[in-house]
Amino acid sequence: MRRPWLFYSQLAFTLCVCAFLIVPVIMSMMAGVTENYFYGIKSGITLRWIYEVLDIYLDTIYLSLMIAVACLAVTLILGVPTAYVLAKKSGRLARMFEEFLVLPVAIPGLAIALALIITYGGFRDFRSSWGFILVGHVLYTLPFMVRSVLAVLSSIDFKTLEEGAASLGASFWQRFFGVILPNCRSGILAGSLMVVTLSVGEFNLTWMLHTPLTKTLPVGLADSYASMRLEVGSAYTLVFLIMIMPLLAGLQMFGTPKDRKPEAQSDDMTGKTSLKEKNL
Amino acid sequence: MSGSRDHGTAIKLLSCAKTFGGGTVRALESLDLEITGGETVVLLGPSGCGKTTTLRIVAGLEEPDPGGRVFFGDDDVTRLPIEKRNIGMVFQSYALFPNMNVRENIAYGLKVRKMPKVEIDRRVGEMVEMMHMGELEFRRIDQLSGGQRQRVALARAIVVRPRVLLLDEPLTALDAILRTRLRVEIDELLRRLGITAVYVTHDQGEAMSLGDRIVVMSNGKVEQIGTPRDIYYKPNSEFVAEFIGSINRLHGIACGDHVEVAGGTVPWLLNQSSGKVEILFRPENVGICDVSVAQLKGKVVTSFFQGDRTRLIVGGLGERDIVIETTDRTEYISGQDIGFQVDPDSIIVLEK
Repeated sequence: MRRPWLFYSQLAFTLCVCAFLIVPVIMSMMAGVTENYFYGIKSGITLRWIYEVLDIYLDTIYLSLMIAVACLAVTLILGVPTAYVLAKKSGRLARMFEEFLVLPVAIPGLAIALALIITYGGFRDFRSSWGFILVGHVLYTLPFMVRSVLAVLSSIDFKTLEEGAASLGASFWQRFFGVILPNCRSGILAGSLMVVTLSVGEFNLTWMLHTPLTKTLPVGLADSYASMRLEVGSAYTLVFLIMIMPLLAGLQMFGTPKDRKPEAQSDDMTGKTSLKEKNL
Repeated sequence: MSGSRDHGTAIKLLSCAKTFGGGTVRALESLDLEITGGETVVLLGPSGCGKTTTLRIVAGLEEPDPGGRVFFGDDDVTRLPIEKRNIGMVFQSYALFPNMNVRENIAYGLKVRKMPKVEIDRRVGEMVEMMHMGELEFRRIDQLSGGQRQRVALARAIVVRPRVLLLDEPLTALDAILRTRLRVEIDELLRRLGITAVYVTHDQGEAMSLGDRIVVMSNGKVEQIGTPRDIYYKPNSEFVAEFIGSINRLHGIACGDHVEVAGGTVPWLLNQSSGKVEILFRPENVGICDVSVAQLKGKVVTSFFQGDRTRLIVGGLGERDIVIETTDRTEYISGQDIGFQVDPDSIIVLEK
């Protein structure tokens, strides 16, 4: 079948847009492994810059990962029960709280950071620890965890599931851990990936909250762009991309709702067998 | 799984009322109900009549308003939460756990009771065999049909050997053929277990075939409690009469041993009063006879041939048409004059 010219013109347009977005990423990644950016790729390919990045900024990578994991732990402990309570309560107050929770996403990170510094900046030890950054990250990522668990909870009839479990003698904690949590697994997983990804890449808040001793990866990145050779900054970007890619892929895999694959068996067959057995 | 009808736990509700929404919505008027051990009681009524609220009070999912009390046998369980009442419950939406397979679902109640694994395996095995679910044992819930799901839900509810079994519209989500089939299975099961059961439904067919007694409810109140026969033959109100089966209504004036209505007279042998009355009779209690000798006369509006019987809609007897069912093979045509009489034993008279 011959495709109409419209198809080809649309394809060309799409490819142009993709190229516009992707080429800079590739250029930057290439720059990170080029001996000398000004002479181009013919000056040779090297891992030198990457080693240099690891040498200077390894601690920022560790700190970023540590904060991401801590942030995940806190959002899990706070977010999952919050989502459960919000799903259970139907009142006006619960809905208002739900909206309130999303505010940090709407307010610019710089403003939140400033508010945190004004309020808690006086606590010297707290201000200079990575815990200060963690607080910002939790504020920013918590709504994503809550929303994603809430979405799953409102798609399953969890109240009836819980009543079913209770009728069978299960206590609240048995119900929560044995029935509720396993059935929101997909939401928890999607939320977790989201939280880790956002935390690792967060710059706005972190840039304001960090101290020279508590630099995270994106802050280090800005620092290297400002003060290092272009190749080092590019190599740093490459390291960042390698770290974040698996998370993004995971988000794609688990974040989208799965199609129901197996077809439910028709009632007819089994009904007949049992009827037959009864007649015997 | 042994035990006869008189071994089940009795249930007693004492002045149980329920108000929702901070005192604004009265879901259930104060209700007293005694259910003897081993009995199957069906709560029947249209949606919003309070039948599900009553069941949830028995289950422990709702607390009655202050003053109401719930007894299982001699134990006052009013303050016990559902998980401590040792009941079995079957839900309209099945409420099976999607994260577990069939076997794990059935075993759940035993597992939370911390029963030894050997015992769990034995009991679940027994149940799987009893419900003919051998080939489904390791299926996921989303691989089951509606009928299979409800069987798993039943198995899960009775494997824990509950004191009472509560069923909340268990067949409503299924199609008509399957509903009839499962109704037979549930009936057999209840009789075999001899367990006290409370069954909620809006389907009068289900209520008649499963219930030892039926509690007909409307607007949060009990209309009538009785055996299926009582309810069908001796309804004590218009609501009950209309809700169970189809029934004809004629307005008339009682005088002597008969009632005069628009299309003739209806014999009423037990008459003790005179004045305005309403006569109710069922379509199958009408005998068609020759117009010249008939007590009641009317005109055929429509006839529906249904194979085993013919259903006639007859007009000319007041503001409402009446329905007659006949098994004779005569063909009736619209507009034809028709004469009939009502079986005097079957009429129900409500005095106005």
